[in-house]
Amino acid sequence: MTKALAVHRDRPPVGFNAWRSAGVAWQITQALLVFAVLGWLVWRGIDAMEYRWQWYRVEPFFYREIDGEIIWGPLVRGLILTIQIAALAGALAIVIGFLTALARLSGSFAGRVLAKVYLEAIRNTPLLVQLFLVYFVLAPIIGIDRFWAGVLCLALYEGSFAAEIIRGGLRGIDRGQYEAADAVGLSTWDKYRYIIVPQSMPLVLPPLTGLLISTIKHSAIVSVIALAELTTQGLNLVSNTFMAFEVWFIVAGIYLVLTVSLSFAVTLFEHYLNKPKR
Amino acid sequence: MTPSPLVEISGLCKWYDDFSALYDISLTVAEGEKVVICGPSGSGKSTLIRCINQLEGHQQGSIRVAGQEVRPGMKGIEAIRREVGMVFQSFNLFPHMTILDNLTIGPIRNRGMGRAAARALAMEYLNKVRISEQADKYPPQLSGGQQQRVAIARALCMQPRVMLFDEPTSALDPEMIAGVLEVMETLARDGMTMIVVTHEMGFARRVADRVVFMDEGEIVETAPPEAFFSAPRTNRAKLFLGQLLAH
Repeated sequence: MTKALAVHRDRPPVGFNAWRSAGVAWQITQALLVFAVLGWLVWRGIDAMEYRWQWYRVEPFFYREIDGEIIWGPLVRGLILTIQIAALAGALAIVIGFLTALARLSGSFAGRVLAKVYLEAIRNTPLLVQLFLVYFVLAPIIGIDRFWAGVLCLALYEGSFAAEIIRGGLRGIDRGQYEAADAVGLSTWDKYRYIIVPQSMPLVLPPLTGLLISTIKHSAIVSVIALAELTTQGLNLVSNTFMAFEVWFIVAGIYLVLTVSLSFAVTLFEHYLNKPKR
Repeated sequence: MTPSPLVEISGLCKWYDDFSALYDISLTVAEGEKVVICGPSGSGKSTLIRCINQLEGHQQGSIRVAGQEVRPGMKGIEAIRREVGMVFQSFNLFPHMTILDNLTIGPIRNRGMGRAAARALAMEYLNKVRISEQADKYPPQLSGGQQQRVAIARALCMQPRVMLFDEPTSALDPEMIAGVLEVMETLARDGMTMIVVTHEMGFARRVADRVVFMDEGEIVETAPPEAFFSAPRTNRAKLFLGQLLAH
């Protein structure tokens, strides 16, 4: 049997489709069922431990009001420090990544070797060991405090990943663009500034967002050098109040909100970037 | 006063690893002269003109543009590139910039021209290639023929002394070719020095002062177009022209 042809070629068939709707509904039901089962298991487990929830005590973790004045609690102060560390380290990582990528693509032998050594050294040693090296060895030599030691360590670590992302972005641009920029007499700086980098932004932005998100997550590791960021504050709160469940749920939630809103913001920015193209 | 040679190439050799792409090329192009380079694919035509503005580095021989020696990896290559306009087979417009910005970036960044002056210059050349009403569009919104005309205008905006064309019509649909060739012929009548790699033999007949035939990285024959097309001296040129006419 032949299928009946659509009556109007200029009007694709739209509207309610019973079979498709039923399929979607079933998929949503499946997802809800899975979550319900998981939730029930967690709830049963916690219940069996006879953990005493004390959610009413968490408000001062965020802020306290004394004489009409708001005093920020440890979690908010920790969050602010986490954002500072991650923002500085992320920005620095992109700069390092860019320089490393250019060095790797450059004609200079020394530049290529230096970049390669940096990448291999960072990628093949544990982040924790790098942190100790920066904090105990490098920091006293160049005279920086623990805040900058933490920032620098994270920046060096994430920079090695940024370098590969950016290198990929730069190589993803058609050779003709480089040649055209050369042919109209642009200097190397102008060529990258006006032609290559703006075009590689859409290629580089999604993976770079992932990188910034992991910078936020990896910033938790600086708690081992007693920088009072979010995770350190969480540790302190747990040892003071023994409310491990509440505190770690909250800390995880704060990280989640931070990273999800970041990737949402970048999605909006990408939209804006892609707009004038066509 | 005899016109001084604008482009002087002598003993030029280039290798890709151990493949000899160009061998002992000598070619002099005088101010105002139009030279068409033709030959089978892989004969080194594109490589030759790409050496002139150092998109490709050469290993032996010398290239002089407007009296200045051009060397691979040299400092100040930008100063030579501003004398040499280039049009590519695949246009290579900057897709993230408007047509106008495509044209003004060279004059502004290389020649240090003011924004307003650069815009005026760009509009003048866009008029010349009959595309001025598209100035605020982006390259992907234009047809191939229009893009190539914009690319010609972009190269002209640098006010170069010589224009290089690297198969400017090979990537175009047949109905787009005439418009581009027309612009090039106008340019030729205005006295621009041109070195054109092309398979458009009609264009070569109408415009060229000399036809240079290349094969396997060497210049095989140089002749005025009439002589070259009606009575090629070498067998390789005869064979090439035969194949060109056969299709």
